[in-house]
Amino acid sequence: MAQPHADVLIVGGGEAGLGVADELRALGFAGTITMAGEEPRLPYQRPPLSKGYLSGDSDDESLELRAPEYLREQGIDVWLGRRVASVDLTDQGGSAVFDDSTSVAFDRLVLATGAVARELPVPGAELAGVHSLRSVADAALIRDALRAGGPLVVIGGGFIGLEIAATARARGLSVTVVEAAGRLLERVCAEPLSDFCLRTHRAAGIDIRLDAAVVELVGTDVGAVSGVRLADGTLLPAEVVIVGVGAVPATGIAEKAGLECRRGIVVDPAGRTTHPRVVAAGDCTEQPHPHLEGELLAIESVNNAVEQSKAAAHTLLGLDPPARGVPWFWSDQGGMKIQIAGVSHGHDGYVVREEAERITVLYFRGGTLIAADVANNPRDFMAVKRAVAERRTVDRERAGDLTRSVKDLLREGA
Amino acid sequence: MPTIIFHSPDGSSHKVDARVGASAMETAVKVGVPGIVAECGGALSCATCHVFVDSAWIAATGIADEFEDEMLDDAETPRTPTSRLSCQIRVTDDLDGLELTIAPEQ
Ligand SMILES: Cc1cc2nc3c(=O)[nH]c(=O)nc-3n(C[C@H](O)[C@H](O)[C@H](O)COP(=O)(O)OP(=O)(O)OC[C@H]3O[C@@H](n4cnc5c(N)ncnc54)[C@H](O)[C@@H]3O)c2cc1C
Ligand code: FES
Repeated sequence: MAQPHADVLIVGGGEAGLGVADELRALGFAGTITMAGEEPRLPYQRPPLSKGYLSGDSDDESLELRAPEYLREQGIDVWLGRRVASVDLTDQGGSAVFDDSTSVAFDRLVLATGAVARELPVPGAELAGVHSLRSVADAALIRDALRAGGPLVVIGGGFIGLEIAATARARGLSVTVVEAAGRLLERVCAEPLSDFCLRTHRAAGIDIRLDAAVVELVGTDVGAVSGVRLADGTLLPAEVVIVGVGAVPATGIAEKAGLECRRGIVVDPAGRTTHPRVVAAGDCTEQPHPHLEGELLAIESVNNAVEQSKAAAHTLLGLDPPARGVPWFWSDQGGMKIQIAGVSHGHDGYVVREEAERITVLYFRGGTLIAADVANNPRDFMAVKRAVAERRTVDRERAGDLTRSVKDLLREGA
Repeated sequence: MPTIIFHSPDGSSHKVDARVGASAMETAVKVGVPGIVAECGGALSCATCHVFVDSAWIAATGIADEFEDEMLDDAETPRTPTSRLSCQIRVTDDLDGLELTIAPEQ
C-alpha cells in the first residue's frame, strides 16, 4: 500500500492544532489537512476540566470544540488515538512515524503537541489515588475520585491546583493545598493578588499551607495513597492527591528531528521553527518575550494557542501573520474570577487598587502600563486589555486613586 | 429541537438546530457559523461572543447580569441595549426561533 500523504500534517489535536486547521481553511487553503492526535477524542477545551467538568456543570459534549460534521465539511481529516513517535524532515517536507510503525508523508508539518503535567519527584508519587490533570481522561478519573469524598490534598498552589481545590471545596470536601513557595501563584502574579487569593480560599474553608515542601506520599498496604508527608514531619491525611506543579512542553519529537528547543520548541512571532517546512504553536513552544529583548517566554493559555496558530497558518501559506493581540488569561476559582491582560513579567513596579470583593494590580515598565491582574473586576480587565492594545497608559502616581475608575484614569493618560 | 437563527457580519444567515442546555455561542461555534470568536469557550471571560438579540426576543433571553454587563462595556463593537454575550444565553424550548445578530467586531 502506498504511504498516505498530507499537504499539511498537524501533530496534536488540541486548541492550537485545531486553530491551524481552521485558519488554513479560512484563508482559502484547498490542500489536504491531516490532524493526528494521540487522544481518542476530537479537539476539546481543557479549561473546564479543572472547573465545571469536575463540578458537573459541563459535560463531554460541551467540551467539544467543533462538531464532527463541521470537521468533515471543512475537509479536516482527524486521526484519533494516533501517537506520532518521530518525524524525519527533508527539504521538501518529510514523514511522520506512528507508534504502530505506520507512517504518513507530508509537505509541511505543524507541531501542536501541547505540554504534559510535571511529575512530583518524591517517593509514593505512583500510588493509586494520586492524579495530575491534563486530559479529559485524567479529569474523569479525578471527578470519580472526588465523588467518593475527601480528604483531598492538592500539591501546588498554581492556577490548576487552586481551581481544583476551589471546585472540590464547593462540593463540600475537606481540602488542603500545599505550596512550596511563600505565596500562591508566585510565578505569575504580584504579592497583593496572591494575598487576595489566599484570603478568599481560606475564607471558603480551604486549608492552605505555604512554605511547605512535600517529602513523601504515604500509602496503605494495598498501594492506595493515605497521606502526604511534609518536610516538617506533618502528615496530612488524604484519600485523593492532586499534583498540580506545572506543565512541561512536549518537545520530544521536535528534539529528535533536530529543531531548536530550549524549554519549548523555539519559534519566532510567525510560528517558524528552525526548519523552513515546520511551524509550531501552543503550549509546546517558547517565543520571543514581548518586552524583554533576547528572552524567550512560554505562555500556556488558550489565547496564546489561538493567536500562535493563526500566525503559523499564515506562515504556512507564505503570508505575513496578523498583528498579535494582547495576551490574556483567565482562571475561575470557585466564585472568584481572575483575569490577566498583558504580560507582567519584566515589570519594574506595580500599583494596587483593592476594594472589598475585588482587586486590580496594574503593572508598569518604564512608566508605561503593560499589564493588569484582576480578581472579580471584569470592567478593569476589559479596559486595561484595550488600553494596552492601543498603547494607552495611566499616570503611575495617580493609578492607585480609588475615587477614580481605571477607565477614567486611562482616558486622561499619563 | 429548538432552532436559532444567526445573522453573521458577512451578511449570511444560518439556521441551526440547538441542543437544549447548550449555550447559543456553543451552538454557533460548533458548526462554524462565521463571526463569533468565543475565545474563552463560554467562561464569561473574553467578550468575543457578542450578539444583538432581536428586540422581540429580549424578554425571553433576559438581559445581561452585572458581571456580563461590565464585560460588554468594553466589547470591540459598542454595545446596544439588547447586547448579550451569547455564551450566557442558555437554549431552552422557549427560545425556538430566536434571532441573534453577531456583532461585527469581536
Ligand atoms: C486543566 C487545565 C485548565 C486550564 N485552564 C485554563 C484557563 O482557565 N484559561 C486559559 O487560558 N488556559 C487554560 N489552560 C491552558 C490551555 O488549555 C492550554 O494553553 C491549551 O490547551 C494549549 O493548547 P495546545 O493545543 O497547545 O495543547 P493541548 O490542548 O494540550 O493539545 C495538545 C494535544 O497534542 C497531543 N499530542 C502530544 N504529543 C503528541 C504526539 N506525539 N502525537 C499525537 N498527538 C500528540 C496531546 O495528547 C494533546 O491532545 C488550562 C489547561 C489545563 C490542562
Ligand atoms: S465565549 Fe468568552 S465571554 Fe462568551
